Amino acid sequence: MIDRADDGATRGDTRARVVITGIGWVTPLGHTIEQVWARLLNGESGVGPTRGFDASTFPTTFSAQVRPDYDYRQFVQHGSVHEGIGSNTAFALGAAAGAWRSSELDRFADLDRRRLGIYLGSGEGSIDFENYVAANLAGWDQEKRGVDGVRWATAALERMDPLREIEQEPNMPLTHLALEYEARGPAYNCLTACAASTQAIGEATEILRRGDADVMITGGAHTMIHPLGVTGFNRLTALSTRNEEPQAASRPFSVDRNGFVLGEGAGMLIIETLDHAEARQADVLAEIVGYGSSADAFRITDMHADGRGPGESMRRALRDADLEPGDIDYISAHGTGTHENDSIETKAIHTVFGDAAAGVPISSIKSMMGHLIAAAGAVEAITCVLALRDHKLPPTINLHDPDPQCDLDYVPNVSRDAKVDVALSNSFGFGGQNDTLILRKPA
Amino acid sequence: MSPGFYTEPAMPTQRVLITGLGPISGLGLGIEATWEGLIEGRSAVDGITSFDASRFACRIAAEVNDFRINQFVPKTYRKATKVMARDTELAVACADLAARDAGLVTKGTAADGEPHCYAGPRMGCHIGAGLITAELDELTGALVTAKGEHDAFDIGRWGLEGMQNLYPLWLLKYLPNMLACHVTIIHETQGPSNTITCGETSATLSVGESMRVIQRGDADVCFCGGTECKINPMSFLRQLLAGRLTTSGNDDPAGAVRPFCKTATGTALGEGGGILILESEATWRQRRSKAKAAEAYAELIGFGASQSVHRPSRNMLPDPEGEGLELAIAAAMRDAGVDGTDIDLIVPCGMALSEVDQAEAAALGRVFGDRLRKIALAPTKAAVGNCGAGAGGLDTCVAATALRHQRVPAVLNCRQPLPGLAAGAGESRASTLRQALVVSSGIGGQNAALVLKRPEVDHD
Repeated sequence: MIDRADDGATRGDTRARVVITGIGWVTPLGHTIEQVWARLLNGESGVGPTRGFDASTFPTTFSAQVRPDYDYRQFVQHGSVHEGIGSNTAFALGAAAGAWRSSELDRFADLDRRRLGIYLGSGEGSIDFENYVAANLAGWDQEKRGVDGVRWATAALERMDPLREIEQEPNMPLTHLALEYEARGPAYNCLTACAASTQAIGEATEILRRGDADVMITGGAHTMIHPLGVTGFNRLTALSTRNEEPQAASRPFSVDRNGFVLGEGAGMLIIETLDHAEARQADVLAEIVGYGSSADAFRITDMHADGRGPGESMRRALRDADLEPGDIDYISAHGTGTHENDSIETKAIHTVFGDAAAGVPISSIKSMMGHLIAAAGAVEAITCVLALRDHKLPPTINLHDPDPQCDLDYVPNVSRDAKVDVALSNSFGFGGQNDTLILRKPA
Repeated sequence: MSPGFYTEPAMPTQRVLITGLGPISGLGLGIEATWEGLIEGRSAVDGITSFDASRFACRIAAEVNDFRINQFVPKTYRKATKVMARDTELAVACADLAARDAGLVTKGTAADGEPHCYAGPRMGCHIGAGLITAELDELTGALVTAKGEHDAFDIGRWGLEGMQNLYPLWLLKYLPNMLACHVTIIHETQGPSNTITCGETSATLSVGESMRVIQRGDADVCFCGGTECKINPMSFLRQLLAGRLTTSGNDDPAGAVRPFCKTATGTALGEGGGILILESEATWRQRRSKAKAAEAYAELIGFGASQSVHRPSRNMLPDPEGEGLELAIAAAMRDAGVDGTDIDLIVPCGMALSEVDQAEAAALGRVFGDRLRKIALAPTKAAVGNCGAGAGGLDTCVAATALRHQRVPAVLNCRQPLPGLAAGAGESRASTLRQALVVSSGIGGQNAALVLKRPEVDHD
């Protein structure tokens, strides 16, 4: 059996260094970097009753939604190519505009658009629920217990809108960013459930390290706050059902946690080679020094109890960064608030960090903005950038009674000042997808 | 200022071989059936039988027949097939075929007690997937239990009781990453894993990502490629509404899809795709020195990706001159360190939509110049339809097999080829093929290209 530890022989020092020069997000706590960051440090919750559809009889009646006053149109120059987009794409455009502006690429005339790539981890668009359900009911043949093809097609052809349908494809946020920014370099969308945008940032980093692009737009956008999304997660019993207290429902690491809270939005980063950033005298916000990806290869429904997959992705990221666990100053946890995730993530951190585990502060911003699913990793990476910048750690709110199996320092309830030079961000997805990034404060 | 467009890769690299193929299409299951169909010049495009398409203007597709997932899943994992969408079933089967074709012993292919070739963390998995749609009968059977006044859907009743009629794992059947997840579980691949969702370019991008993962030393062997099935009412309708499907071929399905033909009227959907085994040359040699391992089909020497930008069509179509696509082809050739003079075969996207074909022909024309007329072309969509996220996986299997057998597949249906390229219909023929180019593009404008090389004869 071939089992060779990666000895680092192929990781020459010739790889380009990769830095973050722009950040932007559209989240349940707001749409600007500073406003949302202040609210995170303040321990505020973005959770409330679900507005987008009547969820009042659903097992879960609340979620963390982007505010209704969000309008992507103020963030785009090529409005006509975006008409009819889904919310995921609308979030992506606003977050990318914020990142683009903060990177000051808007003022850099020499950008070679053939060397501007995009790697997103965005989710699919929401289904046209009303028309879809109406067509399905019209087509139902009760005697045959099946849908009659002719009746269904007749109703569907009458009701369904071509644009609305094609905009559900998961590559549409990517496609619209390419249209908006005229990006012609390498272009990808990956969709590895809740790990997607962390993986996208990692793979975008690899593309820059190889020299296949100068600049990448990376991150993710998603909403599953729609009837079938909530139905799916409710049937999996993955969501908190604490309907009487929505803002207390997302309780990562707490002994009485009972599921995650759906959020929505987008996080986008501009990353580029250090050479490119220096040549245009860009402000460097952070360096991406480590990336690791692994598969649990266990079950589609459960994480392996030993946390072998999360452990493997953290170890790979540390090795990639050439760092020891003791070098990590902060962990942005996947920390969903499901019973399974938080204890297994804690176990994996113990395994990888050993004695150093107790000394590393860990927090989950999902306690405040909910779980943005495919976009979660991107907003959490941005949080790490801000923690490095300000030497401040966002808290894990609703943590008054920690689970005995969650015995680490989760920065409970109140933000904290701390010297943060290196931060690690974890994302784990359904089906056993694990991804880890390590970011370092610029010298 | 900029490091320049022609930057050399910064990293030393492992050589990457294609050592196993697992295609599935309307032509059959596995590489032998697929290749035989392509050599014989058969088309699997026919009237749709898997659902009632009689109300649609297009009623043809290339369906996979006689496919039973249980033949491709270890006994201990059969229960899990209940939560596999057809896209996932096809991926699981393709992965099984590919691993066995490569002689790769994994948890999924091992006989009792047989040692596995690789440790789990040294194996990766990158699979292209489409937007998977819920099965209509399954979902509607639950939706009808939430009817309210005037038989209209009542979301209040749905929340209270209707949704209970969906089985608990319903959502997990439709996540695009389930293709890769089931494959990683069955074969116990614990290294890097990804799911790429870029329409018809997904599988080719996935092959490229596996190549990079092996080159940078993050895994020694990877499952890669993609599969999809859009032959169901909802996915089919989406493609029809998008204007992709031919509506004039219902009376002559086998002749309906005509890539690079002046009379091309659109594509027909296929289902399936292909999963390949990519392997580091160094570890492939190690495992071959110990046990049975098939010869490599080809060396994968180049990969490139790019984006087309065409605002008038919102990227539903490529830019008319194929400038975006040309970037991916040029990047793949640069990565391979070749100038195209040794490329003797192109497996093009060949969508059979005139705007797409013309853009692709224009891009190839600029890359290869006059020599393009002499390069064999092997578009597959006339035979197997458009397999969506699986298309590039199938096409890469075809290119690798053509290099092994030194044979060009038959070209179907193109009686009036676009000028400048060898797209006209013709029978399969033997030919010296040194290198092959695979090109993919799709809705949204993502492009990818691969360069494959005939493996050097091994004198060890």
